[in-house]
Amino acid sequence: MTVVGTICAVLLSITGVLCIVRIVRGPTMLDRTVAADVFVAACAGAIGIEAAIGRHDTTLSILVVLALVAFLGSVSIARFAAPDTDRSSRDDEGQEDGS
Amino acid sequence: MIDVIAGFLLIAGALMATIAAIGIVRFPDVLSRMHSATKPQTLGLLLILAGLGLRLQDLSDITVLVLIALFQLLTAPVSAHMVGRAAFRTGLARRESLTVCEFDTDGTWDTEDDGGSPGTTR
Repeated sequence: MTVVGTICAVLLSITGVLCIVRIVRGPTMLDRTVAADVFVAACAGAIGIEAAIGRHDTTLSILVVLALVAFLGSVSIARFAAPDTDRSSRDDEGQEDGS
Repeated sequence: MIDVIAGFLLIAGALMATIAAIGIVRFPDVLSRMHSATKPQTLGLLLILAGLGLRLQDLSDITVLVLIALFQLLTAPVSAHMVGRAAFRTGLARRESLTVCEFDTDGTWDTEDDGGSPGTTR
């Protein structure tokens, strides 16, 4: 199990670094949102793998909360990126996304 | 033996996350990045939860694991839908990469129903 833990730690570390690369680079806000979602999923996976290796169930509640709440961030950012109230304001938002 | 299977499941789940991160860095636009982002959110987490269930082997723990999988399967499509819609409406989706497009350029429904053939994408 130690070997499994090491392999998973290496894989998830690579995942985290690559996601942060995309968050730093990502040309638009939605790219960063998607990368942050993958980062949260990798964190949830890391918590699960740690619980599996240590054979304990204390961190399962964290996984429940993550599965329930993790989508709120990207949903609110998506709403902010494209408010569908009126169509005239949509042109300026496309330029703001590049910042 | 069960531990070996659990280890394989855990490594497969972590591998899903790594593959998705490579896709996140390498793919060209938001929609294709979302395509790779769904791997650790559903399949990767489910594999890890299956491995965790094989390790714990306790009925109450497995109930919580099923709940986690259920919540994740319910919430991941919601955020993916919202992000994809926002990407489409802010013009980040490359029209030529879509085989079927049922929207007009301004994001409203295409009223004259041409079946969304590829030739009408703008």
